[in-house]
Amino acid sequence: MSRPASSLRAASLILQRDLTLAFRRPGEWLQPVAFFLIVTMLFPLALDPELSRLRALAPGALWVAALLSSVLALEFLFREDGRDGTLEQFALSGQSFAWLLLAKTASHWLLTGLPLAIAAPLAAVGLGAPASAIPGILVALLLGSVSLSLLGAIGAGLTLGIRRGGALLSLLVLPLAIPTLVFGARATAMAIQGEPAAAPLYLLAALTVFGITLAPLAAAAAVRISLE
Amino acid sequence: MGLHLWRGERHVLNGLSLRLGAGEALQLLWPNGAGKTSLLRGVAGLLPIESGTVRWKGADTSTDYAAYCSDLAYLGHDLALKGDLTAAENLRYSVGLRRQIDAAAISGALQAVGLTAPHDELVRRLSAGQQRRVALARLALWDAQLWLLDEPAANLDAAGQAQVAEAIAAHLSRGGSALISTHQGLPLPAAFNRLSHSPQEFA
Repeated sequence: MSRPASSLRAASLILQRDLTLAFRRPGEWLQPVAFFLIVTMLFPLALDPELSRLRALAPGALWVAALLSSVLALEFLFREDGRDGTLEQFALSGQSFAWLLLAKTASHWLLTGLPLAIAAPLAAVGLGAPASAIPGILVALLLGSVSLSLLGAIGAGLTLGIRRGGALLSLLVLPLAIPTLVFGARATAMAIQGEPAAAPLYLLAALTVFGITLAPLAAAAAVRISLE
Repeated sequence: MGLHLWRGERHVLNGLSLRLGAGEALQLLWPNGAGKTSLLRGVAGLLPIESGTVRWKGADTSTDYAAYCSDLAYLGHDLALKGDLTAAENLRYSVGLRRQIDAAAISGALQAVGLTAPHDELVRRLSAGQQRRVALARLALWDAQLWLLDEPAANLDAAGQAQVAEAIAAHLSRGGSALISTHQGLPLPAAFNRLSHSPQEFA
């Protein structure tokens, strides 16, 4: 008598739910992007503020700050839903668990990765990047933040059952994020130097696609273990 | 079938075998730590079963787990309600994952469980008993055949407990089944109600 919900409908409900919750509690998702902006602002203060040297350091500073900020944001990905039993109900909903977790990761990216990518050009200009580098940096951070969210979903799933899992989470996720860091920083450096950054951006895009296809499956397996 | 389930080094369920018919409720009045929650979670597929099989409608549940899940409603210790959403929003987002649902059905279900709080009240401002009622409304809306209930009457006043019993009785009269872990025992129609006081009864 009741018609089952389609998987697209289920995913859109999860997105709506998470955005509604974030709207009612904005502090949570504003923290990581504020952290990112502050860390990148510390570099010109701590280092030699000469423009050419700052520019040379800008890609590394941007990406390390982005990486740390996204690990910080992972705390909010599954923890609350794990604690209040929502993830259990996801697992028992009859929908594909990996698909629902992908939807959750997507909403998490919208709330933490996207603001990061939008803030990155601002931070880059603060580090002496020319305005011409902005499109390249934006694309690199957009792709990179997606793959960081997906990698993070695996780590967040594994550390779900651990009381203070934050440090362990970063130990798990940061090594996995090295390829993203390498190609992202490379693309950013080339954009700042005015060279075409297509090659590292393609590699970054490939990593992201790889993440979209496999990370939800790994995250679903990890979360299931943590729910036991 | 002989279910065996381990939690770490502890053999919680040792060769347990039980059967639940349509329209039948089995209330587990086992002492604390006897494995009520483990049994419910094992039957739901949330805990891996060491050996033995869980069968639903004659088929091993692990072969088509998604189909089994859509016949299954699990209400655990954690109610899976979001404090920053209203009761109606909670139901829309959680029931909506399983089946299509409209606002009228949701408000009807909330009224049926006697939730009298204003409709824009966030769930975290509701009392524990009222939150239970929201979860009970969700259970009814899920429209599942097998209910697995872990302490469904916890935090409820006498009227609330009667309501839980009423909801379960209505579910049974529609041909549903219920496996319930409980301390006090719920007053269910005697013809379809079985009580178990210890896991040894099923060994």
